[in-house]
Amino acid sequence: MTPWQRKLLPWLLVGVPLAVLAVWGLVDNARLFLVTLLNGLTLGSLYFIVASGFTLVFGLMRNVNLAHGSLYLLGGYVGFTIAEKSGSWLLAVAGGFAIAALAGLLMQLLILRHMQNQDLRQTLVTIGLSIVIADLLLWVFTGQVHQMEAPALLQGPVRDLPVIKAYSAYRFSLLGLGLLIGVALWLLLNRTRVGMMIRAGVDDRAMLAAAGVNVNLVFAVTFALGAGLAGLGGVIGAVELSMVPGEDTRLLLASLIVVIVGGMGSVVGAAIGAAILGLAETYGLAYAPTYSVVFTFLILVLVLAFRPRGILGRAA
Amino acid sequence: MSAAQWRKAMNSAAATPAEGWNTPARSTEPSNVRVFQPLAAVRGIRAIHVLVVLAVLLFPFVASPFLTFQVAGQSFALGLIALSLTFLAGYGGMVSLAQMTVAGIAGYTVAIFGTSGTALSLGWHPALVLVLAMAFAVLAATLIGWLSVRTEGIYTIMITLAMGVGFYYLALQNYSVFNGFQGFQKVYPPAWFGTDWRSPLPFYFLALAFAAAGYFLVKYIARAPFGIALQGIRDNPRRMNALGYNVTAHRVAAYAVAGLIAAVGGILFTWYNGLITPGSIGMSWLINILVIAVLGGMRHPIGPFLGALIFVLLQTFAIDLIERERFNLVIGGVFLAIVLFSPDGLLGLWSRARARLRRAGPTSSNVR
Repeated sequence: MTPWQRKLLPWLLVGVPLAVLAVWGLVDNARLFLVTLLNGLTLGSLYFIVASGFTLVFGLMRNVNLAHGSLYLLGGYVGFTIAEKSGSWLLAVAGGFAIAALAGLLMQLLILRHMQNQDLRQTLVTIGLSIVIADLLLWVFTGQVHQMEAPALLQGPVRDLPVIKAYSAYRFSLLGLGLLIGVALWLLLNRTRVGMMIRAGVDDRAMLAAAGVNVNLVFAVTFALGAGLAGLGGVIGAVELSMVPGEDTRLLLASLIVVIVGGMGSVVGAAIGAAILGLAETYGLAYAPTYSVVFTFLILVLVLAFRPRGILGRAA
Repeated sequence: MSAAQWRKAMNSAAATPAEGWNTPARSTEPSNVRVFQPLAAVRGIRAIHVLVVLAVLLFPFVASPFLTFQVAGQSFALGLIALSLTFLAGYGGMVSLAQMTVAGIAGYTVAIFGTSGTALSLGWHPALVLVLAMAFAVLAATLIGWLSVRTEGIYTIMITLAMGVGFYYLALQNYSVFNGFQGFQKVYPPAWFGTDWRSPLPFYFLALAFAAAGYFLVKYIARAPFGIALQGIRDNPRRMNALGYNVTAHRVAAYAVAGLIAAVGGILFTWYNGLITPGSIGMSWLINILVIAVLGGMRHPIGPFLGALIFVLLQTFAIDLIERERFNLVIGGVFLAIVLFSPDGLLGLWSRARARLRRAGPTSSNVR
């Protein structure tokens, strides 16, 4: 087998069955198939927004921030309160981002900075923080389900679409927002000085410090950005998924799977992983409800078995 | 340069692990002592050991049935599950958050294949069920280990957490095998020798026997060639690989051994609770096991049992101090305090207190 063929083999093994299933789905019920496709992509958008923050923090600081889910919940609840008080969705989004970024900044400055090279200890601290934050939020907001409303502009369906007839405008905007954030992150990482420092830090922390960059400042900014993205995801998700105490576990698990599948420290990897996870979950729910979790599990196991670093991961 | 100087130079720079705070105390025995000396253990017995054994054996006769069953019995079962994590993390350097999942798999197997109050149970013979439960759990642990060990240390937490929570969702949403949200009720130990093994006294001694077995097993393995190799792999995998040890195989084997310990603990815990539901293996319990292991200290096999005792005492008596619902806040706060101020857990606090007292004495040396 030539190297060319060997590289092509996994794509064929996975791609051909998927293509066959896709054709069957289209022929069987085109509307269901396409709606599920859109649902999966929009869910993947939400997962991407949240997981990109997680992978940024992990890629740069080697810190598995298991409080990420709690930050999502924090942003969501605060955004919900702001939306209720002020009636403005944009303000809620900004507020959710800001409060989560602030919480992340405080975490980094007050606690994590003092354990610079102890990755395991940092992770344990984030676990403790996640328990405390989640319980505090439960205390303040109780176990009630909070549902936020979409902004007036985005409420209701978009009509007169080719096969699917109508689709929620808010979900379309989710897709757009995910793309926007993805492009903005890419621009930040690849076209700005801060991004250059972050990328350099991902490759070699010690050299970055030796080159004279204030590494602590870069860490603080990155952590705040990562946490803020989680909070942003929280406000956006509050409309689509509703705020319940168990959501932090669910989003944390989703972020973990996205990052494991897509590759650590890679934003493009997070996008790919999020798309795969969103599509797998939604198609699983639509076509085989009892076994949708098994699909997610299967993907995780397959990726770990054949590419332990993720699809776009590289050696640390 | 003498051999001792060379050894010191080799071991000083590269060999110190990045997180020295959770490695167990190293054995100071020379490496050429391989003779099996059963009576060597007897020589090491001191008054404190005799006292502890007597206290543990006489405890149920002086304490109330509530304390015997709810506190001590539960501590032994939880401590056994946490011991599997201490073994993996302290001696193997791999923090796996899926130990409760492995314990839960054993518990679910006992519930599904044995007798319970739920109609889905198959009602097979108890001995067969127990063997099957341990086999499935060890198999699951090996699979989890095989998937996690090929990546670096910090990934293990993420991967095992993802697998553990994934299994939780599977058990929660599947009704044909796992009976979904309700799980299995009335999972009781079989009535061997006509005893109700779930009444306080028998359960206490059953749990004590297995806890002691687990404790001595870990102590033995830590000094056996496999355990020493595992600790070497924890400290410097590259060097061990260069010496010819199969690093991956040792790590996966460690997962399998830990899986066996967790399986026994899981079966005991299921019998203690009398039921098994997805809630027993949810994220909070996965993290609780980690909390228990860190609380007690990962240096020595007694750590998880101490941690489990503190955890159970907090859980049982916290109602008197704060609201029952705020228990998570208390345990999270305690965990945070331990990680921030004494990463070695209670054992670390104890050894530091002892060192300080010794330093206050006439002459002492800080050389270990």
